[in-house]
Amino acid sequence: MSLLRIRNLSVDFATASGAFRAVDAVDQDVDTGEILAIVGESGSGKSVSMLALMGLLPWTATITADEMSFDGKDLLRMDTRAKRRIIGNDLAMIFQEPMSSLNPCFTVGWQIKESLRYHLGLDRRARHARAIELFEQVGIPDPEKRLAAFPHQMSGGMNQRVMIAMAIACKPKLLIADEPTTALDVTIQAQILDLLASLRDETGMGLVLITHDMGVVAETAERVSVQYAGQKVEEQPVVDLFATPHHPYTAALLDALPERATDKFLPTIPGVVPGQFDRPKGCLFSPRCKFADAKCKATPPPPLGADLGFARCFYPVNSDERIAS
Amino acid sequence: MLNYVLSRLLTFVPTFIGVTLISFMFIRMLPGDPIIVMAGERGVSPERYAELSAQFGYDRPVYVQFFEYLGGVLQGDLGTSFVTKRPVWDEFFTLFPATLELSICAMIFAVALGLPAGVIAAVNRGKFFDRALMSTALVGYSMPIFWWALLLIIVFSGNLQWTPVSGRIDLLYYFPDPTGFMLIDAVASGQKGALFSAVRHLVLPTIVLGTIPLAVIARQTRSAMLEVLGEDYIRTARSKGLSPARINGIHALRNALIPVITVIGLSVGTLLAGAILTETIFSWPGIGKWMVDSIFRRDYPVVQGGLLLIAVMVMIVNLTVDMLYGVINPKIRKR
Amino acid sequence: MTDTTSNEGQGAPVDGPERPGQLREFWFYFRENRGAVIGLWIFAVFAFLALFGPWIAPHDPTAQARDFTLLPPAWQEGGSWTYVLGTDPLGRDMLSRLIVGARYSFFVGVVVVTVAASGGIIIGLLTGFAPKWVDSIIMRVMDIILAFPSLLLALVLVAILGPSLTNAMIAIAIVLQPHYVRLTRASVMSELQKDYVTSARVAGAGLGRLMFVTVLPNCLAPIIVQAALSFSTAILDAAALGFLGMGAQPPTPEWGTMLAEAREFILRAWWVVTFPGLAILVTVLAINLMGDGLRDALDPKLKRS
Repeated sequence: MSLLRIRNLSVDFATASGAFRAVDAVDQDVDTGEILAIVGESGSGKSVSMLALMGLLPWTATITADEMSFDGKDLLRMDTRAKRRIIGNDLAMIFQEPMSSLNPCFTVGWQIKESLRYHLGLDRRARHARAIELFEQVGIPDPEKRLAAFPHQMSGGMNQRVMIAMAIACKPKLLIADEPTTALDVTIQAQILDLLASLRDETGMGLVLITHDMGVVAETAERVSVQYAGQKVEEQPVVDLFATPHHPYTAALLDALPERATDKFLPTIPGVVPGQFDRPKGCLFSPRCKFADAKCKATPPPPLGADLGFARCFYPVNSDERIAS
Repeated sequence: MLNYVLSRLLTFVPTFIGVTLISFMFIRMLPGDPIIVMAGERGVSPERYAELSAQFGYDRPVYVQFFEYLGGVLQGDLGTSFVTKRPVWDEFFTLFPATLELSICAMIFAVALGLPAGVIAAVNRGKFFDRALMSTALVGYSMPIFWWALLLIIVFSGNLQWTPVSGRIDLLYYFPDPTGFMLIDAVASGQKGALFSAVRHLVLPTIVLGTIPLAVIARQTRSAMLEVLGEDYIRTARSKGLSPARINGIHALRNALIPVITVIGLSVGTLLAGAILTETIFSWPGIGKWMVDSIFRRDYPVVQGGLLLIAVMVMIVNLTVDMLYGVINPKIRKR
Repeated sequence: MTDTTSNEGQGAPVDGPERPGQLREFWFYFRENRGAVIGLWIFAVFAFLALFGPWIAPHDPTAQARDFTLLPPAWQEGGSWTYVLGTDPLGRDMLSRLIVGARYSFFVGVVVVTVAASGGIIIGLLTGFAPKWVDSIIMRVMDIILAFPSLLLALVLVAILGPSLTNAMIAIAIVLQPHYVRLTRASVMSELQKDYVTSARVAGAGLGRLMFVTVLPNCLAPIIVQAALSFSTAILDAAALGFLGMGAQPPTPEWGTMLAEAREFILRAWWVVTFPGLAILVTVLAINLMGDGLRDALDPKLKRS
């Protein structure tokens, strides 16, 4: 029984010009202590599916799913009050912009202690001690003094550490990190990723890392799920994915990595992710795929088996060698 | 922060001199010679005219008069009323508590209703509550308050006979007024029913004076809340599993208050302008009515002094709001 | 919006096809706001009455029917359909007075906004472009004017100039002007930072051209919104001055003045008090509704929220 289990999750946004499907029939499992990376371009719905899980989407979003359970509890049929006891407690999330994700009007200490009081009911002294402990755990120097600081008095990296400390305050079973390093300097990025990985080792929590950076994936993740235009197009353990991608999109993504470039020019994927009005009838990647034929353009491919990385493709790449071996 | 305070105080000085100059100039520009007005119906002989002219210093060059006036102002001497022969300074501070009491009540009324209305509207954005509250606020914002006062009088004083039409308390009660605040003095007097009578007199003027600030605060709170509710840190607060009441009432409102407090502070000027109409209609013995009466009586020293004192008060309030802004906005405080 | 006007600033004469597009886009956003459209219709009726009132009014607004003083409205007992909204204490027809009175409020609004806005925009532009010391002097002067509560200042100004509708308009225009100065200055300051102004400078645009052709059109959106809002403020203030006896003088059927005349009859004849005030409220409300719609349609920052 996995920690998080999502089946057939779809999210639609009501816009002025009709409904827009941001997440389309996504299945996802996360096990305890596992690091799963969700990769995709901007607008591929990778954040939206996790925000839907957390219940953080605006009211314009409609969420449908066959199953959405966390730690054996059914999140779909749970009332909001009970769900609020899980969110921020067993299930926590950190965001892309640490500077704007902390409330500018309160000290960071106040914001951490709020969670501790709300979910754990600690008294004032215990809250303070735990907050200091957390700051030390995430590597914030001089925690006593930093607790009284306002977010604008600290750097982006420090603020992201505060966000992480806040997220792990209640010892969550699953931490979702939504592009936690995108807004930070490159040197800080590595530190934050190391911190997240080491926290996983210490606490044994599951970690979902949402990113568009293949380098981050290669360094940190254990399993990778690739999303394209709202659909999960492939999922594999990280080593296998880099070695033998099955979906043409994954293959193209990997080819576009500068480290893998063999030619003088970096290969690119022509075209853009389909929007609200140019969504193809068949495979969503078909307009940009070099292998696409009439069948791809007419009928949407169903996911293949686990041996082919659940790829949503009629003509998976790297399949022949695999079968032959 | 200290530099900020000092620089704000420095801009206060030229503005203060300018305000004094303007109120000084008004008396020179008003139609009719002040001395002839003062002499009244009986007229005045040329000798007496020259004597009075010298007494008030009107025979000297205008700039000399101005500096003398400015010197007087700085020592708290604003001249003497033509009509009551009392110093303007004394008159102002006898009447000021009445206006202050009314203004404070109006402001409490406006904030107590306007803030929750704005928050509720923002949280229920686009739904029935939002539309209803904001339509009401727009009507209040567009209200000619002198007419609003008359309507309330027709309904509550005329038809229902609940509230009196004018004054601060029934003539039945008489007691010393050490503070000038009728509510406090009524309690202090220990007379039975005095407080109730004072409150009944206060209700309609409070509503009338508070209506426009109420509408402004509600509208401002809503737009500030809407802006704040879209911020990332609200999403963080929601990701902590906090209750909507806590998110809206603490995380969002605390941030939304920053622009709202500025608006509350800036509406003090509006409040005083509204006090002119409200006090005139309800015969409320405060500085608004005093100013209007003095303008009609051509009591120049009072108009001049009152104008100056009111302007200085508005300036002090604006300055305080600026300082307060630093206190409630941590980004400015610690810089 | 910014880009098209900046093209003109650089001396490009082609602005033909963009204009209707902008207007249509504006109308699209304006029309989305139902309140604003209702406000526009009411305002249209108001403007129509202001222009053609005397020909529409059933009676002469100053004619006194001595036998029919304080007649209630037609639907109430004792009312007559000759005087649909009743008559005032001197036997004048309320409806006719209200209809003809529209032109005074309309006139006040138009004149005050024109005077205050043109004066304020020019001063604001000057302060935006002028050296710092000129700027600080002008802004101090505006601070000084703003330190006085507007109605009080207008009241004293009218006392100096003598009570009349014209003087009330002058006083209100003076009192409202600093808001335009501040607004214009602020937008000019922020526009001056932008690259298109620099490029116009580099292209050799003169100061006058820079001020009025390059920068001003891009500052207009907030000023237009302010114009709508001060239109309603002007009507309210003029009515308040009339109510205090410092605006239009009787027997002018100005709405505020009518209220002042009716004050002593409030407990005997509700209609003489209710209708003029209602007329002010509806007019001001319509203009404010329009102002909100204008703001939503013109302010790109608020457009998408």
